[in-house]
Amino acid sequence: MSVSAMSSPAASAGSPNRSRIQASLRRRRNAEKRFRFYGIASVTVAIGFVLFLFSTILHEGLPAFWQPVVKVDVTFDPAIIKVDPKPVADTDQSPAALRRANLDWQRKVTMVNWNRIIENSIRAEAPDVEMSARDVQFLVSQNERYRLRDMFVENPDLLGKTVPIELLASANVDVWLKGDIDRSLASDRQQLPEAARMLADRFYEDGRIRMAFSSVLFTNTDSRNAPAEAGLLGAFIGSLYMMIIVIVLAVPVGVASAIYLEEFAPKNKLTDLIEVNINNLAAVPSIVFGLLGAAVFINYFHLPLSAPMAGGLVLSLMTLPTVIIATRASLRAVPPSLRQAALGLGASRTQTVFHHVLPVTYPGILTATIIGVAQAIGETAPLLLIGMNAFVTTLPVTPLDQSTALPVQIFLWEGNENRNYFEPKTAAAIIVLLSVMLALNAIAIVLRSRFERRA
Amino acid sequence: MNSLVVAALLLLLLALSYQVGLSRSRAVAGGSTLKMHSRPNYHGLMVALWCLVPALAILLIWFFVGDDVVRSYTLSLLPAEVVNGDPTQLRDALRRVEQISTGFGVVGDAQPYENAAGQALHEFRLLTFWAMVAVAAGVGIIGLVAMRARIAPRLRARNEFETIVKVLLAICSGIAILTTVGIIASLLREALRFFSFISPADFFFGTVWAPRFAATASGDYGQYGLLPLLWGTIMVSAIAMLVAIPLGLMSAIYLAEYAPRKVRAFAKPMIEILAGIPSVIYGFFALVTLGPALSALGAMIGVPIRATSALTAGIAMGIMIIPFVSSLSDDIITQVPRAMRDGSLGMGATKSETIKRVVLPAALPGIVGAFLLAVSKAFGETMIVVLAAGNAPILRFNPFEATSTVTVSIVNQLTGDTNFASPQSLVAFALGLTLFGMTLCLNVIALYVVRKYREQYE
Repeated sequence: MSVSAMSSPAASAGSPNRSRIQASLRRRRNAEKRFRFYGIASVTVAIGFVLFLFSTILHEGLPAFWQPVVKVDVTFDPAIIKVDPKPVADTDQSPAALRRANLDWQRKVTMVNWNRIIENSIRAEAPDVEMSARDVQFLVSQNERYRLRDMFVENPDLLGKTVPIELLASANVDVWLKGDIDRSLASDRQQLPEAARMLADRFYEDGRIRMAFSSVLFTNTDSRNAPAEAGLLGAFIGSLYMMIIVIVLAVPVGVASAIYLEEFAPKNKLTDLIEVNINNLAAVPSIVFGLLGAAVFINYFHLPLSAPMAGGLVLSLMTLPTVIIATRASLRAVPPSLRQAALGLGASRTQTVFHHVLPVTYPGILTATIIGVAQAIGETAPLLLIGMNAFVTTLPVTPLDQSTALPVQIFLWEGNENRNYFEPKTAAAIIVLLSVMLALNAIAIVLRSRFERRA
Repeated sequence: MNSLVVAALLLLLLALSYQVGLSRSRAVAGGSTLKMHSRPNYHGLMVALWCLVPALAILLIWFFVGDDVVRSYTLSLLPAEVVNGDPTQLRDALRRVEQISTGFGVVGDAQPYENAAGQALHEFRLLTFWAMVAVAAGVGIIGLVAMRARIAPRLRARNEFETIVKVLLAICSGIAILTTVGIIASLLREALRFFSFISPADFFFGTVWAPRFAATASGDYGQYGLLPLLWGTIMVSAIAMLVAIPLGLMSAIYLAEYAPRKVRAFAKPMIEILAGIPSVIYGFFALVTLGPALSALGAMIGVPIRATSALTAGIAMGIMIIPFVSSLSDDIITQVPRAMRDGSLGMGATKSETIKRVVLPAALPGIVGAFLLAVSKAFGETMIVVLAAGNAPILRFNPFEATSTVTVSIVNQLTGDTNFASPQSLVAFALGLTLFGMTLCLNVIALYVVRKYREQYE
C-alpha cells in the first residue's frame, strides 16, 4: 500500500498520508541506526573486555618479574664458622672413610649460624642503626643462608674473606618497596618491623637494594617458608610432561578415529552412536573428567596421586573429542576429486587415504592439535581432583613423580594468605602461562604456513 | 635399564623382521616384481607385524602378572610363621626383603632369612626378566619365520595389512565410547555407594548443605542437601547468560550482517581470544579486579555487594562465554539462505527489520541450540566459581551475596588425598552424576536442534 502512495507523489503531496509515511520512515531509520549501534556497542564491549583483561594482568604481573636484591659485603668470619678445614684424601684412607669424613664436615657446616653472618653483613652496611636480629631476618629471604652455606661448601677457601654478594630480599621488603601495602598503616599492622622498613627505604635510596630480574621465578619450585624464592619451574615441568602425554596419546588416537569415522566406517546405527557420543563428550564439563580420573586412574589402577601421568591421561581423554571433531572437519574439506583420482588410478582405499588425502589435511590436524593442547594445558579443575594441587618442592624427574601444573600453581598462589605479595606473583605466573599458549599458537602458524607452501 | 632393554629388543625385532620380509619378497620375485601380488614393503610390514605382535603380547602379559608372580615367589621364601602371622608384620617383612634385594639396605639388623630371601629375590628378578626377554624374542622369531614362509607371489599381503590397519582405526574410535562408558560407570558406582549412606531423597530434596568431616566415627555425616548448590549453579549461570547472550548475539549479528570485511577479519579473532583464556585466569580477574570494583559500585549506589558473590562469578563467566555464543550464532546466521534476505530487502524492509523478522526467526532453532550449549558450559564451569563465588552453600536468593555451586562442592569434597570410603568424598560423585545428567540433557537437546537446523538449509 505504501508503494502505491509513493508511486504518485504529485497526487498525494501535502496529504496527511505522506507525512504519516515520512514519520514512519524516520522511525524505521532510527530503529535501524539504533540496531546497528547495539551491534557496534556489543563488539566494542567484547573487544574492550579482551583489552581490559590483558592490561589488568600485564599491569599487575609485570612488576613481579623484578625483585629487590640487597648488595652487601659478606664476611665468612672464622669466629662464627668454627669448623675444621675440609677433609682431603689421605693416601692411607679408604674412599668410604673419606666420604664419611666429608659428610661429617658438611653437617658441621650446616650447623654454623649462617643467619648471624647475614646479620653482621647487614649491620656493617648501617652501623648507626639500632636493630635486633629479628629485624635483619625480616630483611633478607629465609633461604639465603643456605646459599651462603653452599658457597662455602663449594669453596672452603672463602673462610676469613669478604666478598660482595647480592642477597635476595624477603617478600615483605618486596611488598613494601613496590607499594603493594598501604604505607600509612599503623606500625603494628605492617608486615615488617619499623627498623626493617627504615633500612629497606634507606638501602633502596642509596642503591644497595636494587630491583633485579627475578630469575628464581624460572629456576625454583614453589616455596612456603621463603615466598621470595617461590618459582614456577616445578609446575612448568609438570605441565610439559602432561603436554607430551596429550600429544603422544590424544593426537594419534584422535586422528585414527577421525580417519575411521570419516573414510571407512559404514553408515549405520553404531557409527551414528559413536558420532553422537563424540559430540556429547566434547561438551561434558571438564570436572567430570577429573572425577573419572579419580575413580579409574587413581582408585582402580592405583596410579600415584599428583603425578603428571594421571593428569596427562585425564587431559588426553578430555582433548580427544576436540582432535577428532577438528580432524574430521578437515578430512571432509578435502575435495572428492582427489579421492576419485587416486582410486581411478588403482590405489586401494587405504592407500588413497594415507598417501593422498591425509597429507592434504596436515595443516588442519596441526591446528586441531594445537587448539587441543592449549586447551589442555590451561585446564585446572580436573587436576585438582587427582591431587595435583599438592604442595611440591621437588622437581619431577619422571611423569610418575609428584608435581603440579602451571594453572594449578596459579590457583594455589591465588589462594595464598600473603595476598599483597602473591597477587602480583600470580599475575606473573598468568603471563608465563599465556606466553606458553601464545608460543604454541605461533609454532602452529609457522608450521602451518610451511605445510601449506609445500602442499 | 629394564625398559631400555625392552625398547631396544622391540626396535631390533622391528628392523630385523621388516628387512627379512623385504629381502625375502625380492628373492621370491626374482628380479621381476610384476608377478607378485603385493609390493615388497607390504611383505616387510606383514612380517614385522607377525613378529612384533606376539612379542608385545608376551611383554604385556608379563607387565600385568609379573608382580603377582614375584610376590608369590617372595612369600615362598619367607618362613611359614611370618607368612601366616600378623598381616602388618608380613607387609613389613616383604618390604624389608624388597629393600635388601634392590641393594637399598634396611634399618636395623637384617634377619638371616631376610638376607637369604633378598638375595634369592634379586636373582629371581634377574632370571625372570631375562627369561621373559628371551621368550618374547623367541616368540617374535617364530612369528617372523612363519610369516616369511608364507611369502609367495599369490599372497595378498597388501589386503591383509590393510584389514589390520582398518581394525586398528576402528579400535581407536571405540576409545571415545569407552570414555563415556567409563564416566557413567564410575559416577554411578561411587554415587550408589554414597546413596548407601545417605538416602537419595535427602540428597536430591534436602535444603541444607552441611557435610561434616567427622574425624570420629560417630555415624553423623552431616547433611547433604543438593538444592542450595543447584540454586547457586542456576543463579550464577543465569547471570552469566544475561551478560553473554545479548553481547554475544548482537556481536554475531553485527559481524555477520553489517561489518565490513576488514572489521570482521579483525574483530572475530579478537573476540575469540576470550575463549582461549583458561578459566583460572578469569577467576583471578574476578577476584582481584571485578569483585572489588562491583563492591565499590554497590557502596556508591547504596546496595551492599560482596566482593565474592554470585554476581561477580556470573559476570566473569558471562565474559568467558561471549565468544562461545557469538561464534555459534555467527555460524548459524550465515547459514540462513541469501534468498530469504533478498526477498525481505526487495519488499522494502530495512536491514534491521530483515534481521529481526526474517533472519532471526529462521535461525531461531539453531540459536536456541547455541544458547543451550552455552548454559551447559556455564553449569560445568568450575574455577571461576571456586575463586569468585565465595563458597557459601546457603539457599538464598540475593545475587549480591556469596553462594556456592555443584562444581565448587565437588572440588571441596574431593581434593586429592582421599579414601573413597566416607560419604564426605563419595558425595562428589553423586554431585558429578547430577551435573553430568543436567549437561547431558542440555547437550543432547542442543545438538539435536542444531543438527536438524543444519539439515534444513543444506
